[in-house]
Amino acid sequence: MRDTTLGRNIVHAFGENRLTLVAVGILLLLLLCAMFGQSLAPYDPLTTDGAAKLSSPSSTHPFGTDALGRDILSRVMVAARLDLGMAISAVVLSFTLGLTLGAVAGYFGGWPDRIVGRLMDTIMAFPLFVLAMGIVAALGNTELNIILATMIINLPFYSRFARGEVNVRREMGYVEAARMGGNKALPVLINHIIPNILPPMMVQASLNMGWAILNAAGLSFIGLGVRPPTPEWGIMVSEGASFIISGEWWTFVFPGAALVLAVFCFNLLGDGLRDLLDPRRRI
Amino acid sequence: MTAQLQIENFSLVFRTRQGMVRALEDVSLWITGSEIVGVVGESGSGKSVLAYAIMGLQDAAAQVTGGRITFGGMDMLGASEEALVDVRGREIAMIFQSPRTALNPIRRVGRQIEDILSQHANVPASKLRSQAIAALERVHIPDPERRYKAYPFELSGGMCQRVMIAMALACSPSLLIADEPTTGLDVTTQAVIMDLIREMSRSSRMATLLITHDLALAGEYCDRIAVMHAGHLVEIAPVAELLHHPAHPYTRQLLAATPTPHSSIEDLVSIPGQLPDLRGDLPACRFSGRCERHAPICDERPLPWATLSPTHHVRCRSPL
Amino acid sequence: MSFVWKRLLGTVPSLAGVIVVTFLLSHALPGDPAAYFAGPAANAVSIAEVRAKLGLDQSLPLQFLHYLGDLARGDLGHSLTTGQPVVTDLLQRLPASMELTFFALVFAVAIAIPMGVWAATRPDSLVDHVCRATVSVAAAFPTFFVGLLLVYVFYFLLDLAPEPVGRLNEILYTVPPHVTGMYTLDSLIAGDWPVLAASLAQLVLPAISLGLFALAPIARITRAAMLQSLGSDFTRTARASGLKRGKILFTYAFRNALLPVSNVLGMVFSFLLGANVLIEQVYGWQGIGAYAVNAVLASDYAAVQGFVLMMAVLYVLLNLLVDLAGTLIDPRVRFEA
Ligand SMILES: Nc1ncnc2c1ncn2[C@@H]1O[C@H](COP(=O)(O)OP(=O)(O)OP(=O)(O)O)[C@@H](O)[C@H]1O
Ligand SMILES: [Mg+2]
Repeated sequence: MRDTTLGRNIVHAFGENRLTLVAVGILLLLLLCAMFGQSLAPYDPLTTDGAAKLSSPSSTHPFGTDALGRDILSRVMVAARLDLGMAISAVVLSFTLGLTLGAVAGYFGGWPDRIVGRLMDTIMAFPLFVLAMGIVAALGNTELNIILATMIINLPFYSRFARGEVNVRREMGYVEAARMGGNKALPVLINHIIPNILPPMMVQASLNMGWAILNAAGLSFIGLGVRPPTPEWGIMVSEGASFIISGEWWTFVFPGAALVLAVFCFNLLGDGLRDLLDPRRRI
Repeated sequence: MTAQLQIENFSLVFRTRQGMVRALEDVSLWITGSEIVGVVGESGSGKSVLAYAIMGLQDAAAQVTGGRITFGGMDMLGASEEALVDVRGREIAMIFQSPRTALNPIRRVGRQIEDILSQHANVPASKLRSQAIAALERVHIPDPERRYKAYPFELSGGMCQRVMIAMALACSPSLLIADEPTTGLDVTTQAVIMDLIREMSRSSRMATLLITHDLALAGEYCDRIAVMHAGHLVEIAPVAELLHHPAHPYTRQLLAATPTPHSSIEDLVSIPGQLPDLRGDLPACRFSGRCERHAPICDERPLPWATLSPTHHVRCRSPL
Repeated sequence: MSFVWKRLLGTVPSLAGVIVVTFLLSHALPGDPAAYFAGPAANAVSIAEVRAKLGLDQSLPLQFLHYLGDLARGDLGHSLTTGQPVVTDLLQRLPASMELTFFALVFAVAIAIPMGVWAATRPDSLVDHVCRATVSVAAAFPTFFVGLLLVYVFYFLLDLAPEPVGRLNEILYTVPPHVTGMYTLDSLIAGDWPVLAASLAQLVLPAISLGLFALAPIARITRAAMLQSLGSDFTRTARASGLKRGKILFTYAFRNALLPVSNVLGMVFSFLLGANVLIEQVYGWQGIGAYAVNAVLASDYAAVQGFVLMMAVLYVLLNLLVDLAGTLIDPRVRFEA
C-alpha cells in the first residue's frame, strides 16, 4: 500500500516534473566542480596574467578575466568547493544539532522544552543576517565562523520542526507500543521516532540549502570571512562590482550566475522532494 | 398552476482525472407554493450536487449532460451569470450545514445581512441597519440589536444557524434550499431550527427543499419526500404514503435503518452493501447491486418510472 | 485596549533575549573583548586601560549590570571610526535605512499580493504557472547580485537610472532641511519637487533589488491563503447569496486571507532588515547597514554591537506592529488576548 503511493509520488515528482531531474543534474555538475574543480579548471585560479587584464569572454577565456588577468571560469569552478562546502557544512551541523535539541524538547517536554524554546525564540528575535554578521564580527573574521554563524541562524527551523513532529508522534500507536514493550525513552526516540521524521527534515534541509548559500555568500560579499585572493562567488561579485561603471560585466555576472544557479537548483530539488513526500502540500 | 421550481430529466457529470463521475442522472422533481419537499439519501447520493446545480453554483469540473431546470419560468441552465447572481439570495436562498463556518468569521453578522440587503433589495444605506436588525428579529433572535454587532465566533451553533436563516430570508425568496441545516447541532437545537424553517415557510409562502440523510426528520417536517440513491432519484411521494407504503426496495431499507419512537436500537437494520462507484460503467438501476429483488429485466435500459398514484412515483421494475 | 498591553508585554522576553545575546557577543566570547574595543592599533597598555574603563576586569554578572545601566541611559559606547557616540551615529543614519526598507516593502507587497490573488483565482492556469516560475526565479537571486545587475542594465547600458551615488546626487541637488531625515518626506514637506523627484529616482533601483527577494514568500502565502478562503464555506455562502464577484473576492475572501499574509511579514522583515546591509553596500546608501559593514571591517566593535541591538529592537517592534495589525484584521485574535 505504502509502496505504491510512494512509487506514484516518485513518478509524479520526477516524471511529471522533469525540472527536478534537471536540477539534480546541475547540482551533480556543481558538486563535481567542488570536488575536482582544481584539476578540471583550464587555468590556475590564482595565477595572474598582466597581459590579459579584464579581457572579455573569448575562446581562450570563456568567462573572461578579472582585473589581475585571472581566468574567471577557473575561479568560478574552484569557488564551488568553498561556497557549497560552507553551506553544506552549516546545514549538516544545523540539521544534527537542531534535530537533537528539537527531539529532546519534543519528547521530554518540561524544562528541556522550555529552555530550547526560549533559545530558539531568542535567535528568531534577530533579523537573521544581522545576527550572523554580529556573530562573525564577535568570533573573528574566518571561514569557520561563517559556517558557525550560518549554522546558528538555521538552527531554529530544524529544532522547531523536529520538536513539532516528535511531539505529534510521541502519542502515536507504534511509539506507545514500543514504550509498553519496555523500551526506555532514548531507544524509543532513536529507533522509532527519529527515523520517521528524517524524510520531512531532509526536505526542509534541501529547501534551506539555497538560503544557507545566499547567507554565506552575502557575508563574504561584504568582506567577512573569506579573504582575497581566495576564489569564492560572493567575494568575486564584490570584486567585479567596481567594473560595472566601466562596462566589464563578465567580472561579476558569471560568479553571480553561479550563485543563482546553485540556489535555484537546491530550491527546485527541495520542492521536488516535498512533492515526493506529500504531493498535497504543493503550493 | 405552474411549479416554482421544475427539474426535468437532469443529468450532470464531473470530469476528473480518475474519469467521469456520473453524479446525477435523469433526475426530475418539482416544487411549488409553500410546500416542503425533502430530498433524502445516503452520503454521496448526490443531494448537494443537485442543490448547487439548481443555484448554478456547480464546481468547475461539473458538466450538465442533459435535462432542464426552470425556476419561475426562467431557464436556469441557459441563464447568464448576471441573471443567476441576481436570482441567488433574492429569489432562491440557501442555508448549509455547520453554520459556524458558513458565516464569514471576521465580519459582524449584521454586516453580512446588510451585504445581501444592499445587493438585492435596493435598501438605502440609512435603512440598512434597521432592516438587518428586523431580519434578525424575524427569526426570533433575542436582543437583535446586540447580536447585530456580534461575530460568528461569539454565537452558539444554533444562533449561527438562525443568523443564516435570517440572511436567507432577508429578501423574502420564493425558494429556500436547506442542505442538512441541522447537522452538527445538538438535538434540541435541531428541533428549534426545523420548527423555525417550517414556520418561515408557512408564513412567507416560500417553498423549501430540505436536504437531509435523516428520513425521520424529513418525515416530520416535509409534505413530500424524494429519495435519492447514487445519483438517481428513485422514489417520490407524499410523506404518509412514502413512510407507510414505500415502493422502492431502497426506501424500505432506509426506513428500516431509521429509528422511530416505537422502535428500539436492536430493531434497526443497516443497509447492506455500499453505494456503487459513480465512475465508469453503471447498471441501468444503480441499486441492483444491493437489491435482493434484482432480476435480469432490471438491467434493461431505460429504467422506467412506475406511477402508483398521481403523486407517488417510483423508479423500479418490481416495486413493492 | 487591553490586548495592546498584552502584546507589548509579550515583547519583553524577546527584548530580554536580545539584550543577553548582544551582551554575550561582546563580553563573554573567547578572545579578548578589550582588544576588540580598543581597536586594531592598540598596544598592551591601551588594552589594559580599555579593559579597566569598560569594567571588563569585573565578574560577568557585574558587567551585565553595568551593561544594563548603560543601555538604560541610552549609552552604546563610542565609535572608533567616527569618534561619536554610537547612538548618535545610528540615529543619524536610521532614516535612510527605514526609507529604503519602506519602499522595498511597498514594492514587494504591491507586486506580490495582486500576483498571488490573481494566481489563486485561476489555479493551474498559465497565469498561475508564470507567477510561480517568476517568483521562484526571483527567490534564487542574491540581493547584492540583483542590485549590481540592475545598476549595470539601467544605469550603464540604458542610462535610465541615475548614478548609484547614494540617497541624492549632492553635486546637483541640496539635501532638504532636516525634519524626519527621510529625503522623500523632507523634500515633500519643503515643497522641493526637483529634490523629491531626484531622491525618488535614487530609491527605485535599490528598493526593487531589496524587494525582489520578498516577492516569493508574500506571493506564495497570498496564493495559498486566497485558495483556502475562496474554497471555504463562507465564500460559498456569499456566492449562494448572490453577492457580486468583486465583493466576494475582496470583502470576503481577501480579508480573510490577510491574516496568514500578515503572519509571514515577520519573516519578510527579518529578511529585509538583513539584506538592507547588502543593498546599502551596493548603492553607496548612507544607512545603518553601510555603517555596520565599515564598523565590522574596522573592528569597531561598539558600533557593530549597537547596530545589532538596534536592528533587533527594530525587528521586535515591527513584529509587534504586524501583530497588532493582525488583531485589527481578525476579531478572534482580539478576543483571545
Ligand atoms: N467536484 C466534484 N468532483 C468530482 N466528484 C464530485 C464533486 N462533487 C461531488 N462529487 C461526487 O458526487 C457525488 C455526490 O456528492 P454529494 O456531495 O452531492 O453527496 P451528498 O448526497 O450531498 O452527500 P452528503 O450527505 O455527504 O452531503 C459523490 O460521489 C461525490 O464524490
Ligand atoms: Mg451534501
